[in-house]
Amino acid sequence: MRHLLSTADLARDEAIGLLDSSEDMATTADRAHKKLPALRGLTIVNLFFEDSTRTRISFEVAEKRLSADVINFAAKGSSVSKGESLKDTAQTLTAMGVDAVVIRHGASGAAYQLANRGWIDVPVVNAGDGTHEHPTQALLDAYTIRKRVHGSSSRGKGLDGLRVTIVGDIAHSRVARSNAWLLTTLGAEVTMVAPPTLLPHARESFPVVMESDLDAVLATNPDAVMMLRIQKERMHHAFFPSEREFSQLWGLTAERFARLSERTLVMHPGPMNRGLEICSEAADSPQSTVIEQVANGVFVRMAVLYSVLTGSEA
Amino acid sequence: MSGLLFAGATLPDGTLSDILVRDGFVERIGSDLKADGCEVIDVGGLRVLPGLVDLHTHLREPGFEASETVLTGTQAAAAGGFTTVFAMANTSPVADNAGVVEQVLGRGIDSGYATVQPIGAVTVGLGGAELADLGSMATSRARVRVFSDDGKCVHDPLLMRRALEYVSTFGGVVAQHAQEPRLTSGSQMNEGAVSARLGLTGWPAVAEEAIIARDVLLAEYTNSRLHVCHLSTAGSVEIVRSAKAKGIKVTAEVTPHHLLLTDETASEYDARFKVNPPLRTNADVMALRQALADGTIDIVATDHAPHPSEHKECEWNDAAFGMVGLETALSIVQLAMVETGLLDWVGIARVMSHQPAVIGGVDDAAGVLAEGRIADLVFIDATSRSTLTTDDLAGKSINSPYLGMELPGRVVHTVRHGYFTQRDGVIVSADVVSRATRDYDNSHTGAGTEVTDG
Repeated sequence: MRHLLSTADLARDEAIGLLDSSEDMATTADRAHKKLPALRGLTIVNLFFEDSTRTRISFEVAEKRLSADVINFAAKGSSVSKGESLKDTAQTLTAMGVDAVVIRHGASGAAYQLANRGWIDVPVVNAGDGTHEHPTQALLDAYTIRKRVHGSSSRGKGLDGLRVTIVGDIAHSRVARSNAWLLTTLGAEVTMVAPPTLLPHARESFPVVMESDLDAVLATNPDAVMMLRIQKERMHHAFFPSEREFSQLWGLTAERFARLSERTLVMHPGPMNRGLEICSEAADSPQSTVIEQVANGVFVRMAVLYSVLTGSEA
Repeated sequence: MSGLLFAGATLPDGTLSDILVRDGFVERIGSDLKADGCEVIDVGGLRVLPGLVDLHTHLREPGFEASETVLTGTQAAAAGGFTTVFAMANTSPVADNAGVVEQVLGRGIDSGYATVQPIGAVTVGLGGAELADLGSMATSRARVRVFSDDGKCVHDPLLMRRALEYVSTFGGVVAQHAQEPRLTSGSQMNEGAVSARLGLTGWPAVAEEAIIARDVLLAEYTNSRLHVCHLSTAGSVEIVRSAKAKGIKVTAEVTPHHLLLTDETASEYDARFKVNPPLRTNADVMALRQALADGTIDIVATDHAPHPSEHKECEWNDAAFGMVGLETALSIVQLAMVETGLLDWVGIARVMSHQPAVIGGVDDAAGVLAEGRIADLVFIDATSRSTLTTDDLAGKSINSPYLGMELPGRVVHTVRHGYFTQRDGVIVSADVVSRATRDYDNSHTGAGTEVTDG
């Protein structure tokens, strides 16, 4: 794998290979000495044009566990804030001898452009681009589901036959997009639930079922329910009338949570708006994978960086 | 002024004929014409069309000279076989008063590569709030007849009604950029399966169609003329078709790029394909071609929109809307309309020369290939095929979506007012063209009144 830009590009065996490699990375977390020498001498720049402390730290931990040298570049206060172009910024950094770029950007397609425009010639990992994709998030979600369902016999397996429901602002969610492709590639059946204002206008764009009645979908007992973060400012653009109403109709309330099977996983990419899209009862329950998702994010990102920088799986 | 005898040209209807040009006019069209002291140019069967007329060109001057100037834009026009271009009003300052339109007119006269007919803004500063000096632009030396806020939509229905009514005083027309602004807030590309996949904010077809539907009703109610710029959707075609069937005075244009390209071109986030209105789906492209063939859409207009490379080599959301189009328009229309059998060359002359001149109110001086008319001519080799490179782009900017594509047809000679602006595929130098246009003007003071019916 040269770059990781989108989960739409990942073949099934490639995706399973990355998840298996993440399993290997996870075994190192239990050791007293967690660090692997795999990327010693290589320099990775975390190019963050958008604030995202969680994702940036997760990548940084992954890079350090692999012994890479890490440069964090935040757009604020840099030459970017003085109007430097993406092309010039990337070329400037790689001229200093960077071996890979992890990019988070507010514009959809920024990672794709960086990888394919001929501006630079190093591997690019997409850490979230606009409302397009967030492939490592989808990989960690898939890893988390697989681990909960298959435990220590996870290796080599996909998510065949599992039913996953994703709820929230689908139209603007890069997490939803990346999961739509990846979970389907891995054999899961994906249903997305949102008010029609927050579903893509073209329902046929994704290989998933789109619905607006959350209770009807939850009644089918999905294997996992993933709640997405709601951006409160969406209210001001007439996507929905109020937080209260959104929560009533599309939130995982205590009442809805109580109706779920105890086997149904409750997922959230964080940060959570407790009381809006997810209630604390659900978030803090044994069914919740929220904390595991964060931990698994490090393993998955280690596997991705190892793959793009060495061209092999661990 | 010496004459030119073009020997062996293929007229739009397929007839092989000689064309004798003298003193800036077409003196004779016929076979075996005598040279009679004229320079003889053997055009060996090249197709000849009346010089092309573009009702929708962004020349960017004044204000955005890094993208294009009147001189470079009309050089691009000459490269593409255009002899008349209508200059859009979204310059800086905006062409919303007599001073600016006369300045643009003057630059065109100095350039000599094409007749530059300024378009006037509908509202002050394209602000959409109050009417611009419509009457004084109409009665200025620039004789403005087409008014447009292009780039922005005249979205206030009351203002649109008043503008339609007011410009009818002097036979003017409002050319509407149909885009409902609230439905297209932050829009980046056509709203559909591709925008959903790419995570780019959609520009829904209904935002164009809603404005066109409203405007044809206003045109009917006020008994005024409406022209719809760069129509891009199958739904818009249906609205215009039914309006025409009811006798409403509406005309419509389509760009070459909307006749060829679809929203799938955005898949690699290459902002050369970012344009407003956006590239639509294949079903829209097919409907637009059909509508141009059956006359529902009257004309092709380029919406030539030059931008410097830094406004295209950036994130899609930050990139400018628009693509250059003058140099390639004829090739793209040949590809989309002639090679598909939808239009013949008589049809091409109609939609790219005669009808644009009629809509723009300059058909006394442009858009007709006939004895006694001004000698604005383009000679093309329709059999040629070549891959487009930046060397083929004669304007200042290279934001063409067709670079690297093999295109049919090649403009060989462009003749304006009896002199070459492009000869054997090479743009004639600026001082030669400038001298030729001065000679023409000196010998035709008050040329407009000398034009015979032909």
